[in-house]
Amino acid sequence: MVKKPSQHHANIPLHRNPRVRAVVFQVVAISLLLWFLSIIAGNTVSNMAERGITVGLNFMGQVAPFEIGYTPFWDYELGVSKYWEVLVVGIQNTIFVSIFGVFAATLLGFIIGILRLSPNWLVRKMASAYVETFRNIPLPLWIFFWYVAVFLPILPPPRDSFILGAGFFLNKEGLYTPKPLIENSVTASIFFILLLALVVGLFYLRRWAKKRQDATGEIFPFASTALAALLIIPVVLFYALGSPLHLEYAEMGKFIMTGGINLNFSFFVLWFALTVYTAAYIGENVRAGILAVSRGQSEAAHSLGVRHTPTLRLVVIPQAMRVIIPPTISQFLNLTKNSSLAVIVAYEDIVNVFAGVALNNTGQALPIIAITVLLYGTLSLGTSAILNWYNKRVQLTER
Amino acid sequence: MKIKFIQSAVLASALVFSGAASAGTLEDVQSRGTLICGVSGGLPGFSAPDDAGKMQGVDADVCYAVAAAVLGDSSKVQFVPLTAKERFTALASGEVDVLSRNTTHTLTRDATLGINFTYYNFIDGQGFMVKKSLGVKSAKDLDGARICVQAGTTTELNMADYFRQHGMKFTPKGYDTSPQTREGFEGGACDALTSDKSQLAAIRSELKDPSSAVILPETISKEPLGPVVRQGDDVWFNTVKWVLYAMINAEELGVSSSNIGSKSSSDDPNVKRLLGNEGEMCKGISANLSNDCFMQAVKQVGNFGESYERHVGENTPIGLKREGSVNALWSKGGVIYAPPLR
Ligand SMILES: N[C@@H](CCC(=O)N[C@@H](CS)C(=O)NCC(=O)O)C(=O)O
Repeated sequence: MVKKPSQHHANIPLHRNPRVRAVVFQVVAISLLLWFLSIIAGNTVSNMAERGITVGLNFMGQVAPFEIGYTPFWDYELGVSKYWEVLVVGIQNTIFVSIFGVFAATLLGFIIGILRLSPNWLVRKMASAYVETFRNIPLPLWIFFWYVAVFLPILPPPRDSFILGAGFFLNKEGLYTPKPLIENSVTASIFFILLLALVVGLFYLRRWAKKRQDATGEIFPFASTALAALLIIPVVLFYALGSPLHLEYAEMGKFIMTGGINLNFSFFVLWFALTVYTAAYIGENVRAGILAVSRGQSEAAHSLGVRHTPTLRLVVIPQAMRVIIPPTISQFLNLTKNSSLAVIVAYEDIVNVFAGVALNNTGQALPIIAITVLLYGTLSLGTSAILNWYNKRVQLTER
Repeated sequence: MKIKFIQSAVLASALVFSGAASAGTLEDVQSRGTLICGVSGGLPGFSAPDDAGKMQGVDADVCYAVAAAVLGDSSKVQFVPLTAKERFTALASGEVDVLSRNTTHTLTRDATLGINFTYYNFIDGQGFMVKKSLGVKSAKDLDGARICVQAGTTTELNMADYFRQHGMKFTPKGYDTSPQTREGFEGGACDALTSDKSQLAAIRSELKDPSSAVILPETISKEPLGPVVRQGDDVWFNTVKWVLYAMINAEELGVSSSNIGSKSSSDDPNVKRLLGNEGEMCKGISANLSNDCFMQAVKQVGNFGESYERHVGENTPIGLKREGSVNALWSKGGVIYAPPLR
């Protein structure tokens, strides 16, 4: 008689049953780890206690005794704000520069990567000189160089700002733009709702254009239509609704300009340095990705009479993406981590204000470093998760 | 910086893993044969390398004197340059034996960082330097200014207090090192630079055009600077503290590196105790010290006044006149006062 599989399993002695063994080993491993961690924790706390340091998060609720210069998304007030707010400001500033850096570096990286394969000899050589220059000099030197040798000397002091017109000013404190303030809340809301409707409308227009193209092959000039609509319609709407917003312009104070929106100089230099540096690496990824697409693909396109640029855009790059994305994810993570060099330009990221100044003033090395590590870990995992999802989509649509 | 960040992370983990009882710094230093001393390394008059690469300054002298006392040889010092932000973690985690880095004694540091302040080797105060073109005459005119400062210092905190107290606003620009702070000021990233006053003159002299900046008259804080050790090691605490006291007592007693040889025949009991010829002074701190430990320190490094005049006095580029200042001996109108060596 043939035994049922379940009976068969039951006859194996427990210590040889793979399922039981797997569970037991995992329980043992986790217990050992927990035991190890508890010893570390105990040892640490007693070490610190012996030196008169009490470990904990109590300091987070205390008033931070120092000022922070750039807090665009938080109302940080000296003498009122607490240490946890220092953390919030640090996180915000880190994310702020990283997001802008990632977008700009991607754009520039693609351009560099494509130029490195340009049929034009001079362009090709210049692009590879770019990549080599940035990859062979350490980033901290670049940041200091851009700050002290390039942008600080180029830009004028606030008193002699470059006047760019339309309420825009540029000086050593960064770029100042007019700040829209709501004049009439009813018409202002209508204005914003209509703007939203415009964006949604454009979205549908794109879907329709694509469908039509798939069905009939007719191409609709979406990009230029959208651009024109976005430039003209808001202005028309704005005046049609009787200027529901008014603009506050930056004005020169005693030392710096006040009012308006300030795009901070330290932010700009750090963003710029991270962008041009990381773009060199992304450019290499893009080049490798394009080279990985078989030549037959572009030759086929060319023989159909498709020109160089549309071939790249429509045939090569979509296929190259699956090679480009994975190593580019790690460049995004590098950029985020490299933003911790912020202190060179006095930009107030998490490492500068929290793992630096707050740690120095509270002595709470362990909780502060742990939180900082946790934050970078979360940012890295989050970025990877988003891009892996995107990567999967790209892979699926591949034919 | 990223490197710096990793370093602090490593230091933090040193706190995690170091054995529970490692109190014997004196024994550690002696068996190692070198003293590891945390300094700024970039601060003229306090600790900065000279042309021959030797660390010079009043902070460096504390390290040399402790090495002379503990190891019998002032040259057995390994200097570790530290930024203001790194210094306390470096000391608390055991990376350095002594922190002698123009460090201000404050209650919070004393009480919560697991460190102990010994005594003071320089009494400072905070001031401002501004671009001359701004026409600012007093710190009270700085409302709204951008100010370059070194992050992780009392300087940063005093400035916050000062502006708050006077109902003024400011934008801080915090950098990691003195050169970065100076470059920021010089490049026009800020209108003013603030630091301990002993440094302002030196920083100004390093500007491309020193006459483009003026130092404002106000002194906005008290900055007693001195060597620091880890909490929980009383023998080591006493050793460092009394080496510094001995240098002050030596000055009071008229004992200097140049005349110390002839003083060995002195009948003055105070001098005899200082030189280790009477009583158990060094031995009283620890049996592991040689009884002539103070004599070695003064002989090889000099007394308090010698060190001051050599590095920050009138005849140095720092040029701080000692006579009539707080840094004079108590008997000469200053506040430098050491308890009796007995
Ligand atoms: N005494 C203050 C300030 C110490 C400090 O770091 N000052 C700066 C500027 S005066 C400095 O020493 N910089 C030297 C360097 O970065 O090496 C404190 O203990 O917090």
